[in-house]
Amino acid sequence: MSEEENLKALRNTRGNKDASITRTEGMSTAEPVRPGGHAFPAPGGPFLAGEGMTGGYGRGADILHDCTIAVEKGQIAVIVGPNGAGKSTAMKAIFGMLPLRKGRVQLDGEDITGLAPPDRVARGMAFVPQVNNVFTSMTVQENLEMGAFLRRDDFSGTMEQVFDLFPILREKRQQPAGELSGGQRQQVAVGRALMTEPKVLLLDEPTAGVSPIVMDELFDRIIEVARAGITILMVEQNARQALEIADIGYVLVQGANAHTGTGKELLSDPVVRRSFLGG
Amino acid sequence: MDILNALVVFLNFVFIPAATYGSQLALGALGVTFVYAILRFSNFAHGDTMAFGAMVTIYATWGLQALGVSLGPLPTALLALPVGIAVTAVFLLATDRVVFRFYREKRAAPIIVAIVSLGVMFVLNGIVRLFIGVDDVIFLDGLRQIITPADFKAWSGLDEGLGLKMSQAITLVVAIISVILLFWFLNRTRTGKSMRAYSDNEDLALLSGINPDRVVAVTWIIVAALTTTAGVLYGLDKTFKAYVYFQLLLPIFAAAIVGGLGSPLGAIVGGYIIAFSEVIVTYAWKKVVTYLVPESWAPDGLLQLVTTDYKFAVSFSILVIVLIFMPTGIFKGKSV
Amino acid sequence: MKSRNILLFSGVAALFVATGLFASWNQALLILNVSLISAVIAMGVNLQWGYAGLFNAGVMGFAALGGLAVALTSGRRAPDAFAAGGLQIFAALALAVAVIAGAIFLWRRMERGRARNIATAVILVVGFVIYRMIFDPAVARVEAVNPAGTGNVGGLAVNSLWGWALGALLAAGAAWLVGKTALGLRSDYLAIATLGIAEIIIQVLKNEDWLARGVKMVNDLPRPWPVPREVDLQQSARFVEFVRDWGWEPALASTIFVKIIYAVLFLVVLGLVIWLSERALNSPWGRMMRAIRDNEVAAAAMGKDVTRRHLQVFMLGCALAGIGGAMMVSMDSLMNPGTYNPLRHTFLIWVMVVVGGSGNNWGSLLGALLVGWLYLIVEQVGPTVMGFVTSGMADGPLRMHLIDSAPHLRLLSLGVILLLVLRFAPRGLIPEK
Repeated sequence: MSEEENLKALRNTRGNKDASITRTEGMSTAEPVRPGGHAFPAPGGPFLAGEGMTGGYGRGADILHDCTIAVEKGQIAVIVGPNGAGKSTAMKAIFGMLPLRKGRVQLDGEDITGLAPPDRVARGMAFVPQVNNVFTSMTVQENLEMGAFLRRDDFSGTMEQVFDLFPILREKRQQPAGELSGGQRQQVAVGRALMTEPKVLLLDEPTAGVSPIVMDELFDRIIEVARAGITILMVEQNARQALEIADIGYVLVQGANAHTGTGKELLSDPVVRRSFLGG
Repeated sequence: MDILNALVVFLNFVFIPAATYGSQLALGALGVTFVYAILRFSNFAHGDTMAFGAMVTIYATWGLQALGVSLGPLPTALLALPVGIAVTAVFLLATDRVVFRFYREKRAAPIIVAIVSLGVMFVLNGIVRLFIGVDDVIFLDGLRQIITPADFKAWSGLDEGLGLKMSQAITLVVAIISVILLFWFLNRTRTGKSMRAYSDNEDLALLSGINPDRVVAVTWIIVAALTTTAGVLYGLDKTFKAYVYFQLLLPIFAAAIVGGLGSPLGAIVGGYIIAFSEVIVTYAWKKVVTYLVPESWAPDGLLQLVTTDYKFAVSFSILVIVLIFMPTGIFKGKSV
Repeated sequence: MKSRNILLFSGVAALFVATGLFASWNQALLILNVSLISAVIAMGVNLQWGYAGLFNAGVMGFAALGGLAVALTSGRRAPDAFAAGGLQIFAALALAVAVIAGAIFLWRRMERGRARNIATAVILVVGFVIYRMIFDPAVARVEAVNPAGTGNVGGLAVNSLWGWALGALLAAGAAWLVGKTALGLRSDYLAIATLGIAEIIIQVLKNEDWLARGVKMVNDLPRPWPVPREVDLQQSARFVEFVRDWGWEPALASTIFVKIIYAVLFLVVLGLVIWLSERALNSPWGRMMRAIRDNEVAAAAMGKDVTRRHLQVFMLGCALAGIGGAMMVSMDSLMNPGTYNPLRHTFLIWVMVVVGGSGNNWGSLLGALLVGWLYLIVEQVGPTVMGFVTSGMADGPLRMHLIDSAPHLRLLSLGVILLLVLRFAPRGLIPEK
């Protein structure tokens, strides 16, 4: 009780925006899994899975209730659902940006529930957040370099691949990412994530706020990435379009699994159609 | 009309002192701007950290002197500087571990962390005064003057002398080397880039596999190097006095804000702007003007805009003027 | 009040009583008086930080203005000096104000462009030169009159309680200037602005000898009205007889008596401040202030003029700092600008407010009494403690040095206390309701 009030006091700015002595811009809002945890073997099961995940932010109430998301190697999994269903939260939990109260996360035969996000990156996960997903003050090329931060080998080949995938980025490589258009920024964001040569790519609403043409383009690129053998887990608002390219789809409602099936199954399920796809 | 003599007076009394002081401020402001950009609060303990670093270096200097080690014409303090930096770095890392880390993990509001830094300021202030006291400490040894005004007069045949003190030359050289190293580090190295990334967007840095604890540790080490160097250079050039370092907080903050908080380039430019304005406004221009105008026009007054006692007012006025016309500072800092 | 708070206040009271019993009552009362004054200033800081979230890093400057007010009101008259150039000095200052006002007026009225820049610059430069031509000779004449005794424009020789009121006005006026500039800037640069203005105020007080003699100090200021002087008491037959009846020694009794009267006087002021402040807190005005603090955007959307409210509360808080500063000079009978120190007069007050509990007047009071006691007591007992701690060491220069610099332990211990409170009880000892 008093602990919670203390925390509130520590975070209380008293309306103070004195930018001359403090800077809140770019400050972390997440409370990720702390470093120092270990992974241990967990053979069998799907390639990537969050099983029975339960958790919420800080000391707040649970947002996820025994939620399970799984995807096999090289497949595209899509999470859809109404606003506030906990779609992004589920994704963050899988990446370790949110400690689980119950449940576990496993990747490629290992239980990684206790690993901090950087350790998960090292094990082949990459995550593209929905907003603030580029380093605005750094050039496109530096953004990509930061994506490859954990790599000690020569990553110029990977950067070439990213430039081949998104040719516009090659042109703008020396430009600060903050000066790019929304669609170009999304390309930088996805490119940054690909720089680690990840085994799985987590995308949080990659098409939010971009024009329909750019959106189609982005979906094409994502399919291209999946064909290269990278497993994809994606949260999408544009449920219909996303399910069309999905190998497996999850419909979440209030932080729990409501419907699960292949993309086609869900698209043809009358209940899903009526409730989530607008008829 | 005697332009050469006027120029010599200007160089001797305005340019060289201002460039020296500006370099010291720039190094100090760089430290402030680093903490602000990466740890996101203004460190009120900054002046006292400078005093702490200088104090450790002074003790190391005395130790070296007792052992009979010296650098010949150069001050022994240069040899002791790495010791001062190392001890200060250890101290700052320990402070972070014991004090600041807690607030970072709790995601405390930066304004609260600024208040926390007041506590650290009190502690550092106490430590410095407890150890070395409140009196002036002069620790410059070796050659005092590289060029003495008398030598210069003899060499040039001019009426006015131009002197270059060892402490001034060292300040300028060390400041230039430090700044080049720093920019190389920030723009060319993997660790430097990761610090910029963390400053830009902490969460995304984490997603890229950048270890926040490492970024913070490197930041404190760099801050230790910058503050100790600035503190030692200031102490060599003037004198070491605990309270003076605390007072430097204002011009240092002013320099960092004028340049644009969070911008390293801005901190350097801001440092020189503040230093040059202070010296120009508080210098008595009578001598320079007398050389430049016909004899009958020679001024009676000192031609001093304000007395040196008001040098704080100068840095403060510059700060206000810049903020009114350029709210984010010259190099577009991080503030809104 | 909760029983916990009563316990806390009793604990602090016990500290003062213990000081009286084990050290001396004289010392205990001295510490109490200084703490009460600090409490008044702490109320001001709490008003700004606790109620409105304004970070004032220049409390010292506003307190010093209060001190100046006492020197100007209760100080000795210097008619000769004033006649020599007093009016001319004030005329010069008025001209300076007019020039700045004119420049601002021009800047606002004229169209953007080179003409505006040049016109403004010309007004400022010409104005500055004329100002110096009027100001400098007048100052020289005033300072030449009896420099060893006065050398300034002199005071009004009225009761120094008037100085407390004037102190509040001066501080509020300066706060208006600072607030107008800093609160109006696009970013909120209040903290740095106040940090700077405080240093400037102190430098002005130190260097403008014509005003309050600068570092030559104004001393022997008369006591405020109800407070007698010790010497007078000792010569009063009634007082001597009275204390003899009780078996006390007149010299000691007189100093204690004087301190008690001061304490009563300070308590009256403090009580008034707390009462008004509590009323304000629970009034619609106070609720609005907190609404602005907790959600400035929403408050602004509801049509509250946030900057104006902030300016109000900033001026009020600074006025309290001015009153506190005036009380301090009244008690010391001495205005010495050289003694002002940001650690003592700004940041110590901050420690009091944060330790006591920001946003709670009773917390600030408790913090002022507790931290004030600690600050002064550590200075006294520090050497003893250090002597004990170092008793294992051989007598030598190091041990002597440590014992000598023990008074500096107070800075260290206050820092540690602030850090401990912020770590384990960030809401302070008596949290905001």
